[in-house]
Amino acid sequence: MRPTVAPTLSFAECRRGFWRLLPLSLFVAAFGAAFGLAAVQTGLQPIAIVFMSATVFAGTAQFAALDLWGAQVPLLPLLVTTLAINARMLLMGATLYPWLALVPSGRRYASLVTLSDVNWAMALNDLQSGRNTLGALVGGGIALWLTWLAGTLAGMLFGGLIADPRAFGVDMVLGCFMLSIALAGRRNARSVASWLAGGAAAWAAWMWLPANTHVVAGGLAGGLVGALWLERDQ
Amino acid sequence: MISTSGYGPVLIIACMALVTLLARFGGVFIMGLIPLNRRIEGFINGMAGSVLIAVLVPIALHADAGGRLALLATGALMLWLKQPMPAIALGIAVAALYRAL
Repeated sequence: MRPTVAPTLSFAECRRGFWRLLPLSLFVAAFGAAFGLAAVQTGLQPIAIVFMSATVFAGTAQFAALDLWGAQVPLLPLLVTTLAINARMLLMGATLYPWLALVPSGRRYASLVTLSDVNWAMALNDLQSGRNTLGALVGGGIALWLTWLAGTLAGMLFGGLIADPRAFGVDMVLGCFMLSIALAGRRNARSVASWLAGGAAAWAAWMWLPANTHVVAGGLAGGLVGALWLERDQ
Repeated sequence: MISTSGYGPVLIIACMALVTLLARFGGVFIMGLIPLNRRIEGFINGMAGSVLIAVLVPIALHADAGGRLALLATGALMLWLKQPMPAIALGIAVAALYRAL
């Protein structure tokens, strides 16, 4: 069950990952445009907006930063909020560990620089189904980063002119993508049980816990099911 | 409190970027400190699928009828063809069509 061969990362695999994720990046561009427009309206300088999208590259955390932005910004609350929202990345990174542990440490961390929901899901699906490559993580991450930046710029420049992305269904890309990747993986009673526990915990967290805790709550609940219900030895 | 005049924004954003990068690296780093046994493997395997579902839950709860139809269409085509891209494309088309009508 545990991988024994290090995943590969060639230029061709990155290029393939880039083109596989580029169509999905459409929704990232739309989300980026919404951020660019909101940031201009909040009063951030253009160079600061571009700098934030390029270096932070985490949409929900960037929107949260706008809520705290003013003539003065409370730095510690902002960083705690950023960490809380991005704590899901800790879980996502952890799920890649069995494969990344086999990779030299420089390449291991470099391939995580653009880790986000979509390229994580695609890369994990590849690795779990025997395609032993980090191409989707790195190449797909570059596609997402570029479209996030392009979307931010478009929102800053033409914000008011962009049509409502909801009319084209673009707001549903992430949901449809996550569902399709969940259904693409191997299913057994054990994985379905962890989904149900994760889904229920995420729902409860979304209803009753502070905002943006639902992914961590769901991930930990599903992980607990996985830890208690072990696969039989083959 | 940090003032947003002068170099303030650069400092604030650089700190945010650093915290986010630590979150990206942290999961793998922490796992490196823990011996990988069958329980831990079971935990991260269970976590992998349930994070997908956990991202999905508020999207489905938040969605209008068009959005929920999109998820249904994607799920149905995915179970039939097992190909993500056509399934996602159908879902988006269903949402756009429903909202246009």
